[in-house]
Amino acid sequence: MNGPLKPGTASVAAQSRFAVPGMHCAGCISKIEQGLNARSGVHAARVNFTSKQVSIAHDPELTEIDLGEAIRALGFEPTLIADPEAAQNEAGATRELLRALAVAGFAAMNVMLLSVSIWSGADGATRTLFHWISALIALPAIAYAGRPFFRSAWQALRHGRTNMDVPIAIGVAITAAISLHETIIGGEHAYFESALMLLFFLLAGRALDATMRRKVGDGVAALARQSAPGALVIDDDGHSRWTKAEALEAGMTMQLAAGERLAADGVVTEGRSAIDASLLTGESAPQPVGPGTEVFAGTLNADAPITVKVTAASDDTALADIGRLMAASGQSKSRYVRIADRGARLYAPLVHALALLSFIGWMIAGADWHQALLIGVAVLIITCPCALGLAVPVAQVVATGSLMRRGVLVKHESALERLAQADRAVFDKTGTLTLDRLAVENLDDLDAAQKGIALSLARKSRHPLAGALREALEAEDVTAAHLEDCSEIPGEGVRGVHRGDTVALERPATAQSGPAVALTVAGKADIVIRFRDTVRPDAAQSIDQLSKLGLPGSILSGDSAAAVRPVARTLHLTAQTAARPEDKCEALERLRRAGHTVLMVGDGMNDGPALAAAHVSMAPGSASDVGQNAADLVFLGDSLAPLPFAVRAARRTMTIVRQNFALAILYNALAVPLAIAGFVTPLVAAVAMSLSSLIVIANSLRLRRVR
Amino acid sequence: MTGLAILIPVAIGLGLTGLAAFFWALSDNQFDDPDGAAARILVDEEDEE
Repeated sequence: MNGPLKPGTASVAAQSRFAVPGMHCAGCISKIEQGLNARSGVHAARVNFTSKQVSIAHDPELTEIDLGEAIRALGFEPTLIADPEAAQNEAGATRELLRALAVAGFAAMNVMLLSVSIWSGADGATRTLFHWISALIALPAIAYAGRPFFRSAWQALRHGRTNMDVPIAIGVAITAAISLHETIIGGEHAYFESALMLLFFLLAGRALDATMRRKVGDGVAALARQSAPGALVIDDDGHSRWTKAEALEAGMTMQLAAGERLAADGVVTEGRSAIDASLLTGESAPQPVGPGTEVFAGTLNADAPITVKVTAASDDTALADIGRLMAASGQSKSRYVRIADRGARLYAPLVHALALLSFIGWMIAGADWHQALLIGVAVLIITCPCALGLAVPVAQVVATGSLMRRGVLVKHESALERLAQADRAVFDKTGTLTLDRLAVENLDDLDAAQKGIALSLARKSRHPLAGALREALEAEDVTAAHLEDCSEIPGEGVRGVHRGDTVALERPATAQSGPAVALTVAGKADIVIRFRDTVRPDAAQSIDQLSKLGLPGSILSGDSAAAVRPVARTLHLTAQTAARPEDKCEALERLRRAGHTVLMVGDGMNDGPALAAAHVSMAPGSASDVGQNAADLVFLGDSLAPLPFAVRAARRTMTIVRQNFALAILYNALAVPLAIAGFVTPLVAAVAMSLSSLIVIANSLRLRRVR
Repeated sequence: MTGLAILIPVAIGLGLTGLAAFFWALSDNQFDDPDGAAARILVDEEDEE
């Protein structure tokens, strides 16, 4: 049932993957698979219901646009996943960890079985036989299951660094070697089960971590919007063909349908439409465009088809400038060292020194080298960072899980650590404090008949303002009036005839302070319908909670002062307006110099550099993919309530991590003297190791109850 | 003691069988889509092929 994709008949099949978040039942699965398989050119379509994706093997002639249209025709909203390779690699890494975990588990159980009989008194030939069988099972298993640690430790050592894997790799290797030596000389103590158990516990932590991260990655991939992978280009001889964004060049002519995002900067040559630039500049009102107007990559052609002559493509677009700014500002973040690695830097040399000192100490005290070596190994095993290795990942996995249930996706592995340190919150306005849709301000100025006419007219247009009006009227259960001869004049509005009278929904004749449309009924009486930003529900409350948590907020917006003022007033925040992406980075740098660690919350492409530059950043699920990629955390839904929750959860996680460290250190403080004194037998080591690991896991599980 | 000569190989053999089964399941993509497998039992496959 879960067989791999059939490669299909032709040997040159192209592979595409789409995220289809809308599927929710068995019916959806069969509808998508059968619908796609019925299309000519599709070799095989396979739905993965867990990650809400569909993989399609198809003829190379069939473009991703065609496939997207095919899925849309089946009633689902698809999102192209740009890079299936990366996801594949990650899945492969998780799989390798699971294999290693299975081998370590199998070997640990069998060797433990043999060890129990040794501990309960088997000696002489039986003990030697059991040691030999243990060695036969353990050595290949250690070689196989230990690979992730050996590889990572070797990488670190080769670059002159040390990480958590170095003491693990050295500990396991030395333990295995000394146990083999004991087995050969028929000695009393072999530590095979300790080495295997250590690997098992640590691999469990790693596998958990990897699975969780992959799940989060899938979730984010499914959210990422399709940001114009290309455009329809018209040749000189009138032919049109689909061209990828990278292949676009200045001088080409692009044809853009309504609802399409621009893939390059250009100048409009034909057609009138409205451009929604909210993701690029932060302005919430759509801007009218016509022949001669400059338009930018990343903005949305909201209203009607237009033809655009490309002036700058791929690396030269205004969007690419933002990308470069982002790469430059993200560098400080990559230098952040995770708490676990900071711990390992101190811990590893300490442990190795301690083990070496016990060996030398016992040699000086007159023990023979064999006994001294055994004691040194016992110290190494006891101090091996089993509990320490689990301390951070288990806490983070549990916290990530409870955050995910509340609609917060953790994207970066050190995001929670950095979020716990934040002491300032900076918000973008459009799409972050406000929803990405406008609300009608003066709907009550219309009587019932006018509302009906307005609804019918609004339904005829794809303009964002018409969409907002339609939503508001439909929410009131307005009955649409019957209209005839409806027509849309791009860039102007919609006209129709109602009972012989001309009615229209148009751009207002007089200038308005904010976005507005004028409703004409019976050829007279212009009623201006005004729109305003909708502040997210419980925004005021969430911002209040944040400031109580010690994160006072402020607004940093690219929109005009007039548009920001009402939002700032409602939420009682100070604001900086008309900020370009570089101004936003500068503002964050000022705060950083003043000694603050800033949480940046933003959604647009114009926020990308600021999101990358901030100490920690969050983006709403409705954000541009640039915003989502730059942010450390993504929250879903309309409410801002996940923000204070995430801060609380992050702080709680760090408390638990610190407790875990304290527990691990306490355990070492108790066990190490015993080991140095030479009282630690394999039995004691096994019990101590599992006990400390279980305590750390149990402590971390308390994070499930974070409110 | 002769019992051990039989029982230990049997025990290890059974363990290895389980391990091999897990490896097969993993490489056969059995764990890729657990939710999908649960839902697919409801899909009416008569129409297909």
